[in-house]
Amino acid sequence: MVEPENKPDETIRDEGIEAGAARLTEDKIAETINRVLNVEAGARLRMYVDTCAHCGLCSEACHYYLSHDNDPHFSPAGKVKQTLWEMIRKKGRVSPDFMKRAAEIAHTQCNLCKRCSMYCPFGIDIAYLMATVRRIIHLLGMTPLYIQATAHSHAATMNQMWVKEDEWPDTLQWQEEEARSEIPKLRIPLEKEGADIMYSVIGPEPKFQAQLLYQAAVILNTAGLNWTMPATPGWDNSDMAMFTGDNEIMGRIKRAHFETAIRLKVKKIVMGECGHAFRSVYDTGNRWLSWRMPPIPIVHAIEFYYDMLKEGRIKIARKYSEPVTLHDPCNVVRGRGLHEKARYVINAICDNLIEMHPNREHNYCCCAGGGVINCGPPYKLARMKGNRIKADQLFATKAKGAKTLVAPCHNCHSGLEDINHYYGLEMNVKFISDILYEVMEKPE
Amino acid sequence: MADSHEWDWEPGAKQIDVSDWKNRFEWIEEFYASPDGDHIAAVVNQAEGEFSVCVNGEPWENPFEKIWHLRFTPDNRLAALISDSGEWTVAVDGEPWENRFGYVWNMQFNPGGNAIAVSFQQDMKYGMALNDSPWEETFLHATDPVLSEDGLHTAASVQVVAASEAEILKFQEGTISAAMDGVVWNNKFVNVWGKAISRDGNRLAAEVRVNLYDYTIAVNGAPWTRTYAGVWEPIFHPLSNAVLAPVRTQGKWTVASDGEIVWKNRYFQLWHTRFSPDGKKLAAIVSPTFGKWTVAVDDVPWSRTFGDLVSDLTFSPDSQRISAVVKDQDKWSLVVDGHAWKNTFDMVWNPVFSPDGGLVATKFEKNGKKGFVVNDQFLDFSCEDAWPPAFSPDGSKILLRSVENDIYFRRIIPVSELNIR
Repeated sequence: MVEPENKPDETIRDEGIEAGAARLTEDKIAETINRVLNVEAGARLRMYVDTCAHCGLCSEACHYYLSHDNDPHFSPAGKVKQTLWEMIRKKGRVSPDFMKRAAEIAHTQCNLCKRCSMYCPFGIDIAYLMATVRRIIHLLGMTPLYIQATAHSHAATMNQMWVKEDEWPDTLQWQEEEARSEIPKLRIPLEKEGADIMYSVIGPEPKFQAQLLYQAAVILNTAGLNWTMPATPGWDNSDMAMFTGDNEIMGRIKRAHFETAIRLKVKKIVMGECGHAFRSVYDTGNRWLSWRMPPIPIVHAIEFYYDMLKEGRIKIARKYSEPVTLHDPCNVVRGRGLHEKARYVINAICDNLIEMHPNREHNYCCCAGGGVINCGPPYKLARMKGNRIKADQLFATKAKGAKTLVAPCHNCHSGLEDINHYYGLEMNVKFISDILYEVMEKPE
Repeated sequence: MADSHEWDWEPGAKQIDVSDWKNRFEWIEEFYASPDGDHIAAVVNQAEGEFSVCVNGEPWENPFEKIWHLRFTPDNRLAALISDSGEWTVAVDGEPWENRFGYVWNMQFNPGGNAIAVSFQQDMKYGMALNDSPWEETFLHATDPVLSEDGLHTAASVQVVAASEAEILKFQEGTISAAMDGVVWNNKFVNVWGKAISRDGNRLAAEVRVNLYDYTIAVNGAPWTRTYAGVWEPIFHPLSNAVLAPVRTQGKWTVASDGEIVWKNRYFQLWHTRFSPDGKKLAAIVSPTFGKWTVAVDDVPWSRTFGDLVSDLTFSPDSQRISAVVKDQDKWSLVVDGHAWKNTFDMVWNPVFSPDGGLVATKFEKNGKKGFVVNDQFLDFSCEDAWPPAFSPDGSKILLRSVENDIYFRRIIPVSELNIR
């Protein structure tokens, strides 16, 4: 492969990276890198590094590579070469400027979407390698500012959005009251010990998407389920600390989430339409705590809607008529295989599903996930340029008649809204619950 | 614990018909039974924006705009969080506190039941109120509230320095401290989490993060000299008053006392440390190998492990036995002294020991019905709702509270009639 040049984007200045780099010495960098590589990462990392044949077959899997006219800088192997391999080759003796570039690559040019792992002949988990780079960056104190601030919110409040303890139950009670104008006896049962289901969401819902709480309450009430929501920290299932490499805070917030469910004596947790949170509760966060699987079963919204429709607990009054297309979120499709259940749901509630291509586990990432959108405004333009291929995919789908873009994941939803505006796509981006709430039969 | 000597322990059954409640009100919410079993209560809606609490069939005299978090105190008073004229407070047996707040939540009771504490927000300042007495000093935010066992002290993590979300360096310099009874520590930390108040009420210990990477325990604001890669909630030694906590070192967990490691074994996880009532044993929920869970007593893990989880670690009153809730292959059960019960459930509640430790009872759910089980043997009741059983002070009788076919039952049964083998 052509030797990639190292070209940082000079137009971007991230205060988190800059302030961290200013405190670094090469000794500190070397000590930290070697500790992560030799003590924390262990055999898994060594196996991946030793196995990679540098064949470059991962390149065409990456939306950044495709969107940048096959520039090898942006190939998965190229990104590992510019970061981890160099750290290994130099036994950690790299400069602060090198680490600044590594921070930019690992945090804003890789969504940890794992599409490349499917194209690697050895199945190397390249997302794990980039996450290892992020771990090093965290330990060096040079995580991008916006996502670091979000990790601080998790640590201080156990939620992603600095939602204060009173604001959470107060918001639920407000939405309960709003919903009672439509369904007079509707409840959002708080702290109901022994309920079958704990419903959990991510921080943005009470912060600025409270209508999603309303819709969920209508769906859960209409389905006649015995459910509850906690009034304490632990209600938020999201996890940006997972993406900053702050594993200790990741573990702490996952413990709060699961122990809240254990305290409430529920049999399962149903979570809203979020992808990265699913990754945290189903794979990374629980396992850091030594729970091989979630101690209380976790059901993603897609699977929950599937069950409700399949069991006839939710009936459809009239299907959504505008042609839709479905974006398959990485974390619940490559991470959980929910793509066929998502199609069952969409076909049950919509008249016309027009597939985008590629789709299912081969779908292109939204370019927002993996914490990239959480790195904030400094990287928005880079994010848009990094996903031209997604815009092309969506324009092609729109040309076949799709007008609504369904994205059952919060980060995907936000990222696709950005693509929508930047590229002038003019599609309606919706959650499944937006449509389900609109078309379902509701109690009088 | 609340004194149950005064409860009516005469064998027999009392019944309260709750079948007509749903017809008398627009809707009724969850039932709650008093610890002594004499009262059954629920939040009820009487009209739009008009809520009350129905106790043994009688609604509270004054309705409120909103009511939530209805709970009986351990000494059988009925408390709830209520809103009236847009203000929030606590109502006890229908009588609101004199103090009103912008919002109240996190209602807690001490084991004796003489103390009711809540977190409050007033004019976007935060604090705690204990028995209708709010902290004089309030803060930018208050989290992780705790109430002392004797009910005399409250404490919380408090934000003492204002910082915008983007001021990450300011946050990392420390914006958070802890306050007991509204009096804040002198030191600030990056984070302050789980806390414990000493029995004499003079010391407050808390998990703290001193920078993004180093964790330790602070006592009255003074951090241990040694830091760790992680800590969980501290506890006070009931005899020596030392502070102990789970700590993470070199990727594994163990126990430290006053900063120094005191357990030899290392675990994939270790939390929920508990001292026996006599203060002579220390137990914890541990993961001795990845994905396996059990209980360790004085650093000796039980050989029997469970794949899903262990919770509700409980010592017998005589300190001789230990039980916990376990889940393995998606089935819930209890483990007692390292031996798992043969019966499994769809859900099981915390174990309750008889005073001499000879019996372990609990409430369970299976196939949509609730019931009771003692020493792994089912009692002959099937109910829509049930509450954890309780033993009489002399251990000769058991109190069972349940709702069966819309009738609330309070039963006192001699243990000798349970036919427990």
